[in-house]
Amino acid sequence: MKTWMIVSAYILFAPLLGGLLAGIDRKITARMQGRFGPPVLQPFYDVLKLFEKESVAVNHVQNFYILFFLIGVIFTGCLFFSGGDLLMVIFALTLANIFLILGAYSANSPYSSIGALRELMLMMAYEPMVFLVAIGFYMVTGSFGISNLVQSNKMLLPYLPGIFAGFLYILTIKMRKSPFDLSMSHHAHQEIVKGITTEFSGSTLALIEIAHWYENLFLMGFIFLFFTWTSPWGPVVGVLACLVVYFLEILIDNSFARAKWQYVLSSSWAVAATLGFANVVILQLLQK
Amino acid sequence: MLFPLLAAGLLAIVRNGKLQGFIVRVSALLIASGSILLAVQTFGGRLSIRVESEWLSYGMLALDIAMSVLIVVFAIRRRKPMAAILTLIQTPLLIWFELSNGHGIVIAADMAIDRLAILMALIIGVVGSLICVYTIPYMKEYHHHHPEFKDRTPFFLAMLFVFLSAMFGIVFSNNLVWMYFFWEVTTLCSFLLIGYTQKKEAVDNAFRALVMNLAGGVGFAAAVVYVGMNLHTMELSALIEMGLKGTIVIVPAVLLAFAGLVKAAQMPFSSWLLGAMVAPTPSSALLHSSTMVKAGVFLIIRLAPILSGNIAGLMVAMVGGITFLLASLAAISQTDAKKLLAWSTVANLGLIVACGGIGTYEAVWAGILLIIFHAVSKSLLFLSVGTVEHNIGSRDIEDMHGMVTKLPEMAVMLTIGIAAMFLAPFGMLISKWAALRAFIDSDNVLIVMALVFGSAATLFYWTKWLGKIVAVLGRSARLENHIKKDEWVSLGFHAAIAVGLCFLFPVISNRVIEPYLEGFYGTQIQSVLSAGNTNLVLMMLGMVLLMPIAMYVYVHLQDEKILTAYMSGVNQGDNRGFTDSFGKPKDMYLANWYMDKYLNEKTLSMIGIAASATTLAVVLMMALGGAL
Repeated sequence: MKTWMIVSAYILFAPLLGGLLAGIDRKITARMQGRFGPPVLQPFYDVLKLFEKESVAVNHVQNFYILFFLIGVIFTGCLFFSGGDLLMVIFALTLANIFLILGAYSANSPYSSIGALRELMLMMAYEPMVFLVAIGFYMVTGSFGISNLVQSNKMLLPYLPGIFAGFLYILTIKMRKSPFDLSMSHHAHQEIVKGITTEFSGSTLALIEIAHWYENLFLMGFIFLFFTWTSPWGPVVGVLACLVVYFLEILIDNSFARAKWQYVLSSSWAVAATLGFANVVILQLLQK
Repeated sequence: MLFPLLAAGLLAIVRNGKLQGFIVRVSALLIASGSILLAVQTFGGRLSIRVESEWLSYGMLALDIAMSVLIVVFAIRRRKPMAAILTLIQTPLLIWFELSNGHGIVIAADMAIDRLAILMALIIGVVGSLICVYTIPYMKEYHHHHPEFKDRTPFFLAMLFVFLSAMFGIVFSNNLVWMYFFWEVTTLCSFLLIGYTQKKEAVDNAFRALVMNLAGGVGFAAAVVYVGMNLHTMELSALIEMGLKGTIVIVPAVLLAFAGLVKAAQMPFSSWLLGAMVAPTPSSALLHSSTMVKAGVFLIIRLAPILSGNIAGLMVAMVGGITFLLASLAAISQTDAKKLLAWSTVANLGLIVACGGIGTYEAVWAGILLIIFHAVSKSLLFLSVGTVEHNIGSRDIEDMHGMVTKLPEMAVMLTIGIAAMFLAPFGMLISKWAALRAFIDSDNVLIVMALVFGSAATLFYWTKWLGKIVAVLGRSARLENHIKKDEWVSLGFHAAIAVGLCFLFPVISNRVIEPYLEGFYGTQIQSVLSAGNTNLVLMMLGMVLLMPIAMYVYVHLQDEKILTAYMSGVNQGDNRGFTDSFGKPKDMYLANWYMDKYLNEKTLSMIGIAASATTLAVVLMMALGGAL
């Protein structure tokens, strides 16, 4: 019963919260750049307007993949917030993302194909680190279940500093923030056309944006897991940490220009292979 | 087990095309139904068969000698001394052993049919027979496309059936001498199949396969002799029991594992499997999916209880881990579909081998499931690529661009195969997930890392291939397809099994794999995959299966306006061309990303060979040094 309530709350409120975060993001970004910025509710206006546009496409199937992308992302989020298995969450997210990539591929347009390949490369770059996060949690608590992780009797961060740092690194990719926004960027100045979303317009583009809001929310959930523990203070610290991390991502976004793909791939793998690996080895030694 | 042999004999004689097809179909049906019947009948029990017959063992010995002579003759004719030397080491060794010591050893069971053997028999019987059915039309077209090769189809078909027969032999044998015999038969068969076209390249690769597998065979023969002389048994089950009770069986474990690693094309020896692609597609499908390499992993999974937690297991697991990581990376740079599939086979076998090497309950569970899922989907992929090659005249992944418009049926087959190899609700991923947990639980951090990075690479190369297939080419004509009925039957069954297995896997796990494992590890309180997760997987599976229907409805309800793709406003009317900077029309061509500058196949192989060969050498020296 409780699970169902959480799941329906997530489905209903996550886009609201995600959109609000996006609005605040744009406001802060604007202030960092010395602009006044749009109203906080601007993302909602944008999406609503997109829904009113005439539906155009290159072919009939491409929008269908995006629909499944959105369903996949929502499903992943539900799995996450209902306390499911962390590895299952990662697999479901991968599946959802693949639908996005296939949609861009199926349009068979030069710009969206480049976007799709770049998105795929980014997935390859962040995947090992995401797995290491799950592995780290498992090694400390003996469980992949998110419901068990939330009820951990200690904060997990002190055991997983390397893995946390590594996750922060690839979070920039996942949140589509500069310097790692290779496949699609919110910054007009560094985008080749519009990357993976080039051939999507109107309501389909709106769906991609909404999916992104859903996604951002459970990414913050990952951060929350690092900080929370069973005391009443746990969730408070967790939410505060999420806000700090979000702010940090905005700061990073505005401080770096887009990197080359070679750098993104090799540095993300290097981070996973050093910080992540070292953390896992130390955990293993501690447990003996 | 003997029936395929009969079919092989018949096929070797019959030259008439129609009759040939008839025999293949009937015997394939009989083999498949026979193995299913066997599974139903002996289900749950363990059947031991003891054959007390002097002439049988002498007969095997005689055949051993005959094979050895055959190899020597081939080797002399083609001037490849290595093969002759290797076979001249192992056969006399075994003859000497059989004649001097072999008779004194009492054998309780020459053959043992337990749950694992039945699973393997099902794979061989069903997938193998489907491949044979596919072969009939394929070979006809093959010779139509390649008139330069001599048509030796009867020989080819006969070899396929001999191969199946030998595989049944391997999985049912408990007597190591028997197993060794069948082991050598598969080596010889694969040699003959790879060299089918008799081109220079084919012959070279066939000899490479032969030499490597004979080297593995030397390891096997040495293990047989060691076990017989020191432990006074000839039975695999007895060897495993002794190992579990605390007798030190490290030397035979290392030697047998070595033989298994070679057969399973692990890193220092992976080149034989990659070279095996020169053969016609059905034989690649057979080698890669249900036979040959599966014999290698089967042996390692069988040995898993005595590999767990010792140096032999560590060797196997390390080699498997290295192979998985590097082979997955190497697959990224492949444009040739068959070559990509070959690398992916090597990688997946690496994973299975690593599971066997870790040898804990969870790991072996994952390994067995991987064997099942991999056999079906890899066979489906190979056969699909074969059919595509005959239809579009190329097996380059770049040429498969827009398959979904050109050859929609084959696009569906390929999509099922690829999705089954790496996507979420399908079996391979479930097994990978269990493998990951097993590796963490057994504290093998390095192998965990190999798995994590290798999986990321796997994701990359499969998805970009999938992307090529689903690209919709506007206004492209649909190609006429020449797919024959037999090919359809085979592909259709494969696809159905691949999907069906995903629903059946909880049953297979509960009824077959878990009881088998409990025999070695005692009862487990908790099953590897919790019920909640099983339900989730089934839910996701349902979602993915609904997709085609939903897509059909969606596409037909759509009324959106169709525009051309964005090409900076210089399109040539449709999505296939643009105006270049000289004002001339130019065709658009979208290439995939292969990163071959960074992930060079040769460099990666070199690293892999160096790393795995060092591991092997160190462990072999330690084990053998300790024994001497």
